[in-house]
Amino acid sequence: MTLPATASLAFTALMRNRLRSLLTMLGVVIGVGAVLMMQATGRGATAYVGDTISAMGSNLLMVIPGSPRRQMGGGMTAPLFTVADVEAVRRRAHDLDALAAVTTRPMRLVAGANNRIVSVGGVSPEFLSIRGWGVADGRTLTREDERQAAQVCVLGKTVRDALFPGGPALGQELRVHELSCRVVGVLEAKGASAFGMDQDDVMYLPFSTFSRRVLGSERVAFMMARAPSPDRIDDLKAQLEAVMRERRRILEGDEDDFAVRDPRELQAVLDQVTGVLTTFLLGVAGISLVVGGIGIMNIMLVSVTERTREIGVRLAVGARPRDILSQFLVEAVALSAAGGLLGILLGLAGAWGLAKAISVPFVFPAAAIPVAFGVSLLVGVVFGVFPARKAARLNPLAALRFE
Amino acid sequence: MASPTRHETVTGPAPLLALAGVTKVYGVGEAAVRALDGVDFEVWPGDFVAITGASGSGKTTVVSILGCLEASSAGEYRIEGVSVQALSADVLAALRNAKFGFVFQNYNLLSRTSALENVALPLVYAGVGRVEREARARAALAEVGLEGREESRSNQLSGGQQQRVAIARALVNAPEVILADEPTGNLDSRTGRDIMELLSGLNRDRGITVLMVTHDPACAAWARRRVVFQDGRIRSDTRGEVAA
Repeated sequence: MTLPATASLAFTALMRNRLRSLLTMLGVVIGVGAVLMMQATGRGATAYVGDTISAMGSNLLMVIPGSPRRQMGGGMTAPLFTVADVEAVRRRAHDLDALAAVTTRPMRLVAGANNRIVSVGGVSPEFLSIRGWGVADGRTLTREDERQAAQVCVLGKTVRDALFPGGPALGQELRVHELSCRVVGVLEAKGASAFGMDQDDVMYLPFSTFSRRVLGSERVAFMMARAPSPDRIDDLKAQLEAVMRERRRILEGDEDDFAVRDPRELQAVLDQVTGVLTTFLLGVAGISLVVGGIGIMNIMLVSVTERTREIGVRLAVGARPRDILSQFLVEAVALSAAGGLLGILLGLAGAWGLAKAISVPFVFPAAAIPVAFGVSLLVGVVFGVFPARKAARLNPLAALRFE
Repeated sequence: MASPTRHETVTGPAPLLALAGVTKVYGVGEAAVRALDGVDFEVWPGDFVAITGASGSGKTTVVSILGCLEASSAGEYRIEGVSVQALSADVLAALRNAKFGFVFQNYNLLSRTSALENVALPLVYAGVGRVEREARARAALAEVGLEGREESRSNQLSGGQQQRVAIARALVNAPEVILADEPTGNLDSRTGRDIMELLSGLNRDRGITVLMVTHDPACAAWARRRVVFQDGRIRSDTRGEVAA
């Protein structure tokens, strides 16, 4: 019997019990769908985080207070940096292209009748260039602003829209704490970060203005340093560490109370997390596929029993055992393959929906699709062989007389 | 029992089917049942044999063994001189496909399948292409008088029509032997007679050897040779004129 004939026979048999076939496939559908969805979403998220990190600026290092062994945001107890630290780094780190001191604080901004609590940052004039962040309107902060502790600021798009809805922002005055300052620029819109924060909900003013006129403290929350090229990032990192250890009087062998972080490390950590999650979900999907396979085997055994007489008739009119074997094997494989296809479609739809929901780009998992389909075929073969062999080994007369 | 010598002059040198000392035992140990007990039996080309006997006498078993649906426990079965015991499952399948046609008491058609597909089934396993399959199945259906019912499903046909479909299926691959196990057992006497006419016509006009198990003397009367089984042995084997 030819393969197309066997396939059409299998199709007819499966269509006779549509609901049963569909329910039987479900395990494979879920397994394959889950694998595909997680693959696509994982890749999309990783790609997006990568984009976000490179959007922070290239060849970038951040110097933050707190032990390097603590994770992000763990620097609460370590002392902040000083302006003198910043100057020392600027003087002594050779592989330094640009350096910015940053201190941020959430504060209420008032402009006329509108007000909003915003992340306010006092930043060195290099900050926006290090981050590769230009202005959409007006001008950026300058060295002159910094030197004079000028009462000027630039706004993120969200703040601009909230404080000056419908009207011009440039040249307008706004109040932060007791300080009145003039809007000189509106930043380009950046959208949400990889962690869902609105990056445009910010206001920046010169570091000197913020520290002297608003906070009354010259403490620096963190520094951003740029190396001239990617191959000098590691050198710069060593120099930053050396200078800061000396400045903070850390003895040989003692642990740093500050950390120099490379955003690429964050990418590596996220890749690792994604990898662990993907592996874990592959395991879960594997279990689902085994369960799905057992479901297929179960229903095929039922089918063989139900159709014992049919098998008897086929044997009597000249079917060879291998014809019966291939008939039931193809049926099992058709079940799991159909489940696989359905799972692929559902997985793609799910990944697309999830990507839209958490606003990361949808990455089409081109490599995972043939693998998922192959695995579903394999499930059909592995779990279809036993029932098919049972059918093929039936004695013709006993099968014909089966009640 | 008929002497082979007499047949050699009439129908040829070797019997078509020959059982020698064939025994069939079902079950093991205490529960063992001896369905056939050392049966010697020969079938010659063109024979029309009615096999009768009480239930449990071994008549169905002998037809099953002759049709290669089952193997014997002991003794030898030869088809045209070739011993069946040594043949592989695939060769036996090919024999069932090409040499034998089966007709059963309960028709054994595939349910929810059209008459045409049922009749074409042996051709599927013979490797015949779709177009020729359909043409030959149509011809076989026409031969049993079911022209126009090709697309009817098994459950849409009467008992007699279903049995005709089964006969068409037995005929479609031009077998040498039709093995019929109680072909009229589920039919009323009038429909049964139609079926008997059909079988006897195939034997008479196309020279197909027919072996028929029946408990109905009216059916047995259609055959030229009547074999009576009793307790797994042949009690009598007689030739006579066709009653009809």
